[in-house]
Amino acid sequence: MSVALSAPPPSRLRLGLRAGLGVAVLLLAALPTLNALPADHALHVSDFIVSVTGKWICYAILALSLDLAWGYAGILSLGHGAFFALGGYAMGMHLMRLIGPRGAYGHPVLPDFMVFLGYTDLPWFWQGFQYFPYAMLMVLLVPGALALVVGFLAFRSRITGVYLSILTQAMTYALMLAFFRNDMGFGGNNGFTDFKELLGMPLGTPAARAMLFYASLVALVGSFLICAALTRTKYGRVLTAIRDAESRARFLGYDTTQHKLFAFVLSAMLAGLAGALYVPQVGIINPGEFSPGNSIEAVIWVAVGGRGTLAGAVLGAFSVNALKTWLTSAAPDLWLFVLGGLFVAVTLFLPRGLIGLFDRLRRRRAS
Amino acid sequence: MTGRALYLDGVSVVFDGFRALNNLSLIVEPGELRAVIGPNGAGKTTMMDVITGKTRPTAGTVRFGDTDLTRLDEPSIATLGIGRKFQKPTVFDQLTVFENLELALKAPRGPIACVKWHLSGEARDRIAQVTEEVGLLARAHDPAGILSHGQRQWLEIGMLLAQDPELLLVDEPVAGMTDAETEHTAAMLVGIAGTRSVVVVEHDLEFVRALGRRVTVLHEGSVLSEGSIDHVQNDPRVIEVYLGR
Repeated sequence: MSVALSAPPPSRLRLGLRAGLGVAVLLLAALPTLNALPADHALHVSDFIVSVTGKWICYAILALSLDLAWGYAGILSLGHGAFFALGGYAMGMHLMRLIGPRGAYGHPVLPDFMVFLGYTDLPWFWQGFQYFPYAMLMVLLVPGALALVVGFLAFRSRITGVYLSILTQAMTYALMLAFFRNDMGFGGNNGFTDFKELLGMPLGTPAARAMLFYASLVALVGSFLICAALTRTKYGRVLTAIRDAESRARFLGYDTTQHKLFAFVLSAMLAGLAGALYVPQVGIINPGEFSPGNSIEAVIWVAVGGRGTLAGAVLGAFSVNALKTWLTSAAPDLWLFVLGGLFVAVTLFLPRGLIGLFDRLRRRRAS
Repeated sequence: MTGRALYLDGVSVVFDGFRALNNLSLIVEPGELRAVIGPNGAGKTTMMDVITGKTRPTAGTVRFGDTDLTRLDEPSIATLGIGRKFQKPTVFDQLTVFENLELALKAPRGPIACVKWHLSGEARDRIAQVTEEVGLLARAHDPAGILSHGQRQWLEIGMLLAQDPELLLVDEPVAGMTDAETEHTAAMLVGIAGTRSVVVVEHDLEFVRALGRRVTVLHEGSVLSEGSIDHVQNDPRVIEVYLGR
């Protein structure tokens, strides 16, 4: 017996969304060019806009990575900032090694803080970071390895829901306290700063800013395409199944520990990449990046945009951060209340976030 | 019939001093359709939990052919060829009927294999066939979340079929169904047995009678009586603890 099944109709929302995303990427790509225009030109964009947008792009990659873990696999990580910060530290170590003898103490190899703390030799874990490819490998491997260990222990013990969230929160908090210690070998509470160059390019120049901006934009588009392709495979549907009824998925024969671990590690690597692109743009990395508040903010971006949609995560990261940038200068005392209020409002009134809102408006117009 | 038999021998499960299963022994032959009945708390669901690896027995042997099931976890037991349908239908609401069946379809279960998975024509035909068998062809691209209760039960049975197991454990398949749906379900299960073994746990005696096969009565965690439906209905011990009330 053979029965034909027709394919489901394509969603119009999805097509509209894709077109919108394409336009947004083109607009973003134009920013550094517009920045190069003379200051009195009508289309001139200030340095501030370029550098702040570059940061938001990194945040959008972090949001994307969180959406993969939370929106698809149902792993509500309240410690994704830790993976972001570890990627940032790996990049920071590379930038520190590149300073070479140009530091304040002029030591040929040791970074300033090591000379200050009385180090005579470079610690073993700093070896190799002078090489860009090695540093980039660490940007992915260090967050990935942490996610592998924490995820394996947690998922194997079937820790889910709020307990898992608390665990990830504790993870980032513990790392923050550890990185604050001077004898960890990561510069204590000052972290790393005073970076000079990257790939032979002096940092802080318009050219470097534009390059880092484009690198981040390429990384964002690439991460988005990878996540979108991945979630469209059967693997994406297995993640959804695990998110909604994990025990049922287990009885279907899916080793849910393996599946969640795969998503969690990939997500951590993307977060690490975001951190690595962020650090040279802001010029500093310190243990404050591990603070639990950062991770929670990332969760709010995803919730505001609409979790489990990928595009929503990116949209949420941009819109919440735009609001933050405006509000922290217009009314600095209000920001935390607005952020908290935003989360409550989205949870109560927009469970599917901004994407869900667009969807609803479109349907209303269609009917 | 070359399938494997299910053996439970002297199985006990103790929760905080409460004996949910007490020295339970049961053999289900390959291709057999077996109904298991018993009052609430008789240990029917615990028995399913033990077979599928959700609960470890405190004592006793559980084997499927030559494989010791007490050493395996749920996914391994499922991959071995034992499928389970729950009392409360659990399907993946966000996914369509088709996608639910696609996930259940017998195929490698690892993350990489799932990323690489490509829906072949053969797999598509198999899914279409199962969809028709459970009467959901018209709903194939609807999210499972909007199906009626009876349709969800059928989808779950369809997921079991797609899994292509040797042994199906079916927990209260007709709870909350209309008479017509119940009849349809009985016919479906009788059709499935023969090529595979089926164990049905049920409260509804009319349904068990409609199945017309061997019946095991559980009481306080062990087997009280076993035989045809007429045999157990006339067994004085069964009448006393269950049917006579």
